[in-house]
Amino acid sequence: MRFEVRETIPQWLPWLAVAGAGIGTMCFAAILIATAGASPLAGFKELFIGAFGSRNAITETGATATPLIFTGLAAAIAFRAKFWNIGAEGQLYAGALAVTYFGTGLIELPSFLMIPFLLIVACVAGGLTLLPMVLLRQFMRVDEVVTTLLTNFVIILLVSYLLDGPWKDPYSLGWPQGAAIIDAGVLPQLVPRSRLHLGFAIAVISAIIIWLVQSRTVFGFSGKAVGLNQSAARHAGIPVTKTIICIGLLSGGMAGLAGASETIGLKGYLTLDLSPGFGYTGIAVAMLGNLHPIGVIFAAIFIAIIYVGADAMSRAIDVPTYLADVIVATTVLAVLIGLVLVRYRVVMRG
Amino acid sequence: MSPLLEVSNIRKSFGSLHANRDISFTVNAGEVLAILGENGAGKTTLMNIIFGHYLADEGTVQCAGRELRRGDPRAAIDAGIGMVHQHFTLAENLTVLENTLIGTQSLWRPMLSTGDARRKLFTLADQFGLEINPDGYVNQMSVGEKQRLEILKTLFNDCRLLILDEPTASLTPQESNGLFKSIRKMVSSGLGVIIISHKLNEIIKISDRIIVLRAGETVGSVRTADANKRQLGEMIVGQKISRPVRRSSRMFAPKIELENICTRKSKSQVANLKNIDLTVRGGEIMGVVGVAGNGQQSLAEVLSGHGRPTSGKVIIKGVKALEYTPMSFMEAGVAYIPEDRNNDGIVGDMSVWENAVLTETGNADLVGRMAMVRTSRCRSTAEKICSANDVRFQSINQPARLLSGGNIQKLLIGRWFARAPEIIVACQPSRGLDEGAISGVHRSLLAARSGGAAVVLISEDLDEILALSDNIIVMYDGYGSAAFENRNVDIATLGMMMAGDGFHAV
Repeated sequence: MRFEVRETIPQWLPWLAVAGAGIGTMCFAAILIATAGASPLAGFKELFIGAFGSRNAITETGATATPLIFTGLAAAIAFRAKFWNIGAEGQLYAGALAVTYFGTGLIELPSFLMIPFLLIVACVAGGLTLLPMVLLRQFMRVDEVVTTLLTNFVIILLVSYLLDGPWKDPYSLGWPQGAAIIDAGVLPQLVPRSRLHLGFAIAVISAIIIWLVQSRTVFGFSGKAVGLNQSAARHAGIPVTKTIICIGLLSGGMAGLAGASETIGLKGYLTLDLSPGFGYTGIAVAMLGNLHPIGVIFAAIFIAIIYVGADAMSRAIDVPTYLADVIVATTVLAVLIGLVLVRYRVVMRG
Repeated sequence: MSPLLEVSNIRKSFGSLHANRDISFTVNAGEVLAILGENGAGKTTLMNIIFGHYLADEGTVQCAGRELRRGDPRAAIDAGIGMVHQHFTLAENLTVLENTLIGTQSLWRPMLSTGDARRKLFTLADQFGLEINPDGYVNQMSVGEKQRLEILKTLFNDCRLLILDEPTASLTPQESNGLFKSIRKMVSSGLGVIIISHKLNEIIKISDRIIVLRAGETVGSVRTADANKRQLGEMIVGQKISRPVRRSSRMFAPKIELENICTRKSKSQVANLKNIDLTVRGGEIMGVVGVAGNGQQSLAEVLSGHGRPTSGKVIIKGVKALEYTPMSFMEAGVAYIPEDRNNDGIVGDMSVWENAVLTETGNADLVGRMAMVRTSRCRSTAEKICSANDVRFQSINQPARLLSGGNIQKLLIGRWFARAPEIIVACQPSRGLDEGAISGVHRSLLAARSGGAAVVLISEDLDEILALSDNIIVMYDGYGSAAFENRNVDIATLGMMMAGDGFHAV
């Protein structure tokens, strides 16, 4: 058995691959639910009710998708340029630290200035966190997978130190959490009495802007060339290092926005459990979205549905919640396999 | 007696493209069969079918009277077919002996048994004149040595039919002659050899029979003794083609000058530049010859802003270069046609039109408000470049990697020449191209020369250098000879200089 490149790819094939991946994942999940001792049909029903069944369910799904869109964009932007940023988790916390520093009383502005200011600060903080790793890779050939991954732990330990020490909120009854963001800096809710906040809209708009930048501007054009063939781009006179630095700043900036939107939108203060691994899940989101900014939106919503739905399912029929992780991982694998089969056809030895 | 290899009615298509149509031929023991054809004529497809990399749609391959299992390289190797690809398939970090043993030993044995292998390797090397050091590491070997190793590997596996794909593409004339002697020894000991090439001179020198492929079909089959070069050339392209001729032209002021340039030795280069002085004037083609790895790559990099000299000056149009970046040199009017057009030239996964305007990210005509790419203008510019340079494609949106080598080179030259460069640095611009594409490349270079541009032509193809250059320098071990006029140049003397003669004094 071997793979042969398809000369022409029929229009319907990618859709078939995605559908096939979905069906494959459902079958696999059904086996797991059955193994856990519940009826798969009841399980899927609870999952969908949990994710869409009520106003509350829908807004929860949106709220969970918000940071995933940001971190998914962070991964998608960097991966498109073949810069393997695994550090969105750390950059997310850098953004959260920045909004906590500026947003808890240091600066007071009216809301319409305060929110943009905090978002910009978070974006810059995330970008600057990634910058040293970009420079190390471009100038000293230090592997960015290692540096970005390890920086995550450094930043999370820094957050832990600050929340247990100098930045600890004295009114928090001993919990390690930061002071509350001032009212002018809090993102308004999109739907009243829900956790769905303006961050969701900002995430979607960011994705659309990045899509336009990538597909329409010279920067996007250069970035594409640099990602696909750095040497040819350099020979064509494209400033490769500058382009990668900009891409790195943008990628880190998106992760920083994830931290900001969680802090000033969802929680209102910084905690050590702000992100249950959104930075890493962002990689799966980017892969599932085929590194396309618009794809990232849908991939993030899909993964949010699985997470929120699986939570509800586990409450209703008593199966383990980490089925959600299994389903997400299986989906990503299935979609990646599907995309390989779109590009190549399998030939049995004849 | 049945022939060593009998190929019957091979047919293979990729989508709508017919790569091979009803191709049949035989190879007997003790003869050299040459397969000639342009790029895209179907030579490589055919060899891949014989060797089992591809499955033919129809037709059979018989080796010594027995049909080979289709699509199975192992069957081909077991039947005694050995193939040396144009791009070598060696493990760079292993020794010669270890490379030879790859695939011959059971995975379950704890140790390699090298004693017998070493003896066999020595015997083979001696028998066929393929000199090699069995304990040398591949990454320290020259192209010629690597090729000898590739051939020894196939002989080690008891190959009876050897297929050589473009074997002389990166060899010096002397190395090519050595290879031909070895081939002669192989056929006289009863092997069959298939050689794929588009270098007519060599084919006539080495082969016994020639078949010519064009657009997937056999268009000619002749005994070499009866062949005539012009007739073969016409068979290959289907019409008479001639390479353009250099006529005398006016020379202008120096466009680019190097003064006492030295470079640091880097990992990727064999030789660093040592005190290079070079002046190239407008309207002049300066030919740079030398055996591969004698500093030509470093020279090209310094001339194009890709490399920074450790000492010395680069003077472009009378102004000393202060910044060594490809961008600043491009702005000063330099165009660089790199040797490795697939890796340094095009972005294979981007479309033809995107590649055609890749150098134009700073072109105000193609960039609109807010740094937006003006896609429709880019496409029309790309179309102009392609039609002016005879770049053939199915769609301007197709990925550039699907273009043939000749069309890729024409696209690259077209996009650089559209910038009206004053200084052109061309590295091996016609390597691996077919006759039609070569004459196109040569025409472009000569047109730039008569337009007043300074051209530095770095090539290992002596015919090309002698046909195009006004003046020539020879490079050896990072040193450059003084430039001499291309008039009554004796090839033997040139060969001696390429081998280092006359460089001791420096």
